[in-house]
Amino acid sequence: MRYVVLFIIMMLLWLAFTWNLQTPNLIVGGVASLLTAVLFGRSFLRNTVKFFQPQRYFWIIIYLFVFIWECLKANFDVAYRVLNPAMPIKPGIVKVKSTLKTDIGRTFLANSITMTPGTITVDVIEDDFYIHWIYVSSEDPKVYSRKILGRFEKYLKRIFE
Amino acid sequence: MNSISMIFITIGVIFDLFGCIGLIRLPDVYNRLQSATKSVTLGTCSILFGFFLRNGFGSSGLKALIAIPLLFFASTVAAHALIRGSYKFGIKLYDKTVVDHYKDAQK
Repeated sequence: MRYVVLFIIMMLLWLAFTWNLQTPNLIVGGVASLLTAVLFGRSFLRNTVKFFQPQRYFWIIIYLFVFIWECLKANFDVAYRVLNPAMPIKPGIVKVKSTLKTDIGRTFLANSITMTPGTITVDVIEDDFYIHWIYVSSEDPKVYSRKILGRFEKYLKRIFE
Repeated sequence: MNSISMIFITIGVIFDLFGCIGLIRLPDVYNRLQSATKSVTLGTCSILFGFFLRNGFGSSGLKALIAIPLLFFASTVAAHALIRGSYKFGIKLYDKTVVDHYKDAQK
């Protein structure tokens, strides 16, 4: 099942990229997608039923807006720190615990953390995320976990779990 | 439409510039990666989006639109790999670093 889903996604991506519907193009795309599906289907999502649950797509759209907003904030934050003559940075690597269980959820959480204000994921070991933070504003694990994860975790839980 | 796309492209170039300034000014590789990933990714995405607005739903405009999510994933994963690699390689953190929990996770 997941091989089929991966094949369809790859085919759609190919069609969007090349943007023509002539037969040779379709054949090339089909062969390439088939190869991708056969080679990498193993590491694709285990539970493809999730693709057919519409409420997940709704949360993806909400998440997208939250994410773009955070991303803009991140950029102004970086610009402020870089252009300020005094350079207000106080870096450190902190450990936070995530409650997400699936691999894909963790991947998305790590990527989202990398794109948001002042944080970048260094490593993920089991449940622990090691995060390099450009301005460590508090050393209390409760406070910074909420600050780093709280924005995304609830949406990602609804999308992927 | 043309002027809106120009605005997006200008914003993108400005953010790219900020990212490059950060790359020079910040003290160590970890902080530099911060500015390099965030500013440069959003700046480049903004340029691509401006290009999409200019060309519309054609062959090239749509390619630019698809490049945005691909760029997001590529740059975040690359930043993750670089920062982890430089830690494992033994590059020291900046002197004013306050905490380092990652040290305990190394064996």
